[in-house]
Amino acid sequence: MKLKDAKKTSFPWFGMDIGGTLVKLVYFEPVDVTAEEEQEEVECLKSIRKYLTSNVAYGSTGIRDTHLELKGLTVHGRRGNLHFIRFPTHDLPTFIQMGRDKNFSTLHTVLCATGGGAYKFEEEFRTIGNLQLHKLDELDCLVKGLLYIDSPSFNGQAECYYFENALDPERCRKMPYNLQDPYPLLVVNIGSGVSILAVYSKDNYKRVAGTSLGGGTFLGLCGLLTGCESFDEALELASKGDSTHADKLVRDIYGGDYERFDLPGWAVASSFGNMIYKEKREAVTKEDLARATLVTITNNIGWIAKMSAVNEKINRVVFVGNFLRVNTLSMKLLAYALDYWSQSQTKALFLEHEGYFGAVGALLGLLNFT
Amino acid sequence: MADCSQAGSGRHSMDKSITLPPDEIFRNLENAKRFAIDIGGSLTKLAYYSTVQHKVAKVRSFDHTAKEVDGDPLYEISVQEEITARLHFIKFENAYIETCLDFIKDHLVNTETKVIKATGGGAYKFKELIEKKLKLKVDKEDEMSCLIKGCNFVLKNIPHEAFVYAKHADSEFRFQNTHPDIFPYLLINIGSGVSIVKVESEDKFERIGGSSIGGGTFWGLGALLTKTKRFDELLQLASRGQHTSVDMLVKDIYGGAYGSLGLTGDLIASSFGKSATTDKEFSKEDMAKSLLHMISNDIGQLACLYARLHNLTRVYFGGFFIRGHPVTMHTITYSINFFTKGEVQALFLRHEGYLGAIGAFLKGAEEDNPNQYSWGENYAGSSGLMSVSPDLNPMQRVRSGTFDMLEMDRLERQLVNLPLLQDPSSYIPDTVDLTEDALARQYWLYCFEEALDGVVNRAVASQPDLPQAVERAEKFRQKYLHKLQTLRHQPFAYGSLTVRSLLDTREHCLNEFNFPDPYSKIKQKENDVALRYFQKVVRSLEKLPWEQRQFALVKGLLAGNVFDWGAKAVSDVLESNPEFGFEEAKHQLQDRPWLIDCYDQWVERLKGPPHKCALFFVDNSGIDIILGVFPFVRELLCRGTEVVLASNSGPALNDVTNSELQILTERIAAMDSVIQAAIKEDRLTLVQSGSSSPCLDLR
Repeated sequence: MKLKDAKKTSFPWFGMDIGGTLVKLVYFEPVDVTAEEEQEEVECLKSIRKYLTSNVAYGSTGIRDTHLELKGLTVHGRRGNLHFIRFPTHDLPTFIQMGRDKNFSTLHTVLCATGGGAYKFEEEFRTIGNLQLHKLDELDCLVKGLLYIDSPSFNGQAECYYFENALDPERCRKMPYNLQDPYPLLVVNIGSGVSILAVYSKDNYKRVAGTSLGGGTFLGLCGLLTGCESFDEALELASKGDSTHADKLVRDIYGGDYERFDLPGWAVASSFGNMIYKEKREAVTKEDLARATLVTITNNIGWIAKMSAVNEKINRVVFVGNFLRVNTLSMKLLAYALDYWSQSQTKALFLEHEGYFGAVGALLGLLNFT
Repeated sequence: MADCSQAGSGRHSMDKSITLPPDEIFRNLENAKRFAIDIGGSLTKLAYYSTVQHKVAKVRSFDHTAKEVDGDPLYEISVQEEITARLHFIKFENAYIETCLDFIKDHLVNTETKVIKATGGGAYKFKELIEKKLKLKVDKEDEMSCLIKGCNFVLKNIPHEAFVYAKHADSEFRFQNTHPDIFPYLLINIGSGVSIVKVESEDKFERIGGSSIGGGTFWGLGALLTKTKRFDELLQLASRGQHTSVDMLVKDIYGGAYGSLGLTGDLIASSFGKSATTDKEFSKEDMAKSLLHMISNDIGQLACLYARLHNLTRVYFGGFFIRGHPVTMHTITYSINFFTKGEVQALFLRHEGYLGAIGAFLKGAEEDNPNQYSWGENYAGSSGLMSVSPDLNPMQRVRSGTFDMLEMDRLERQLVNLPLLQDPSSYIPDTVDLTEDALARQYWLYCFEEALDGVVNRAVASQPDLPQAVERAEKFRQKYLHKLQTLRHQPFAYGSLTVRSLLDTREHCLNEFNFPDPYSKIKQKENDVALRYFQKVVRSLEKLPWEQRQFALVKGLLAGNVFDWGAKAVSDVLESNPEFGFEEAKHQLQDRPWLIDCYDQWVERLKGPPHKCALFFVDNSGIDIILGVFPFVRELLCRGTEVVLASNSGPALNDVTNSELQILTERIAAMDSVIQAAIKEDRLTLVQSGSSSPCLDLR
């Protein structure tokens, strides 16, 4: 990033992405603060820095993903650490209230925000928090943030990876992938819903597809089917279940492979198809249902991604978004499905900071703003 | 609706005890051969080939050289037996399968049948039962190939097979003209899962994709979420629900639209997304609706991706998820429209539920070459499309849930489009679509009901010597009245409702009860009377100066058409006063300009060189053909124009049939040297139109 006049962007540096389910916040903590600067630093700025960096949890729902923290970065001429924080969108009013209590508005800073919530909550930020949001397009931010974090010169840490032998527990390995020449790239962003972008260069991308069957659908359906209350709980259930108890497989219909059409017996013929039978509904467990929901949503996304890749003639697909957070199950399924259905022509890639690229993009927007 | 669904579930307990009315359900079993069966998740479809013996009217010329006595009829009318081929398809709930198999066993006479072709998921499950009951060997056929074969068959043989569904239009069902070349197309079969098949020709098709999120997902997930067990009930729930309380919309995230991407605020961003972010309880109806949208949209998107990838615009949807359900047809239509930005329309099929059975049957009947013939839907023996729309009258619904039938008659010859048609796919033979025009529909249904007594009387009168004519005529009345009632509730039952289809249905019903030609005697009489005037009319025309003669000839053509089925007033006069004459009709004609008046251009053209050839589609018997058409034809022949007279192959109302026209032409030739010479030199030829309908359809 070459920036014209770094010094002019005053602290604090935030980038915020307000999605349908989660708010993602990145915070740059400068570690090269001079004594002189510290003198000038107003009390409220200090207190924000301290609050964010000395805690890993905020309130009952805010969490700092410490394992993602990027240390000793040079951003915009300043050295520091990049922190990654998330909390549910329905707690945004609490966040705004907190900003008001901590007199955030006295800092005269610009708050860059992206995601639908930047539009939806703009009014609340202004009237309650006395804060003026600078709104940025979410897909712009996603692409910019992704390319920034992934640029090889950025921090030298392996950001991109893939799975070898995805569905073989013995031989499955997570392998670093060098995304030195990233174009063209299909980006599948799985948040509450799903957006699929074809990225041809730094400034040239388009949204080629999307689906409403995303992370929100997984959590929503799982909650209704199993009574679970959080994403982590849903994943925990899914990890212990067997989706084939709920799904009808090709072999359940044909006794084996459907050779006429090269369909393997293990392929799912009808998601939840066995649940039309009373006895099977009575035998199925919460865990099975959670697993079936996860498999259904994941495979569907994989299939639409594969079709979009074929339509756009792109063979590298990178999956991002918070649906994949701690969700190796889905990542491995995606890796396997893409490999299988494309006869190894298309590769599924993943990124360590899966859900935070929009927020990073918003932070970059802030630094460009002046 | 509660009553209906109770009736539905109640049926299962009494399925063994139902008695089947044999003359209504499994008809013509005694001559049946070549069976096929398609057993799905809830419905069984049985197909068989049979022959029907029925009466046909024949005319035969008397030998007039021996004696020429005034008052002798012109030609002889006789009713003969003829055997034609008919395909029977019956659809019923799986619960009845045992009863039905028993019934078939008891009524099956033909012992040559050894094999029954079977397809569908249930074919495996019921194999032993079928073999035990029917003593036929079950021969399994691949489901997908049967489906495609059946689909090709209905698309080729049934006009108005395909329709688009428009929930809020005046007519929900908009039937499509079938393109003469039905290939290539995409068939999206939504059963428990989804299969996407690209069909390129009769024998070439390929499954290009699919999805596991299909009808089974709606049913299975729906049952889990709402504790509602039956698929139909889930659809009912969905039709009453609001998906917006369960789904996260774009506006729930953005507060409005996502303008830069053109995503409107009402678009679903995340299905079930609201349930992920709130703890509130949702109603069964709302969840079912959300599920329906989720699945329909997913399928629509997939269909759109494949249609684009393979560059196809004709996309047909089928499978139990669709099967005439207005709710799913609507959501699929919406989704296809959204994802293709209106470039592709979702098409549905009237006989979609029969495709597998038709295909399996065709596979078993290959030695009979059924694909070399043309087949026509028999309106008398077919149930027609039953809407399962909740506001439909409950009796119809119950009926549609038990037995549904399709019968197709083998036509005498393979039909082709008239080669002169510029664009057969945009050709519409009817002027008014009664499916769309409710007022016109009411008017015509009333007319046909009013005219029914007259038709019944004429039918009886046409067969004074044949047994049970009165009883059969009464059965005809009941049948046709029932059809009219069905059409009043479901105008879309047999494709676009037109005056033509109402007339055709009446002909089919008349034939069903062995009244092949109720007008035969009337036609005979009128022809007879008109022939006596022929020479007089020709002579008086010849006396006229050229220009006046041309006008008189055209007036003669028009006057002949006053004797038409449509004008009820005229048919009343015809009935009471057969002497109503040609001259009177001419006087009754309006002065020019007529409603459509090209007379001046016609006369101008006549001043030029003669036309090479003229093709006439002739209409009524008697005065129209003999005193109207023939003098006109004669004039054209004198100019050096060749003339082809196309007439119906089979009887329809008072229209002159090809065999009648042959006799008439002979008789006229005997009186008129111009006609005689033209026949000898092949400048005047007679052809059959292949039709037995009172209205013209050039397809």
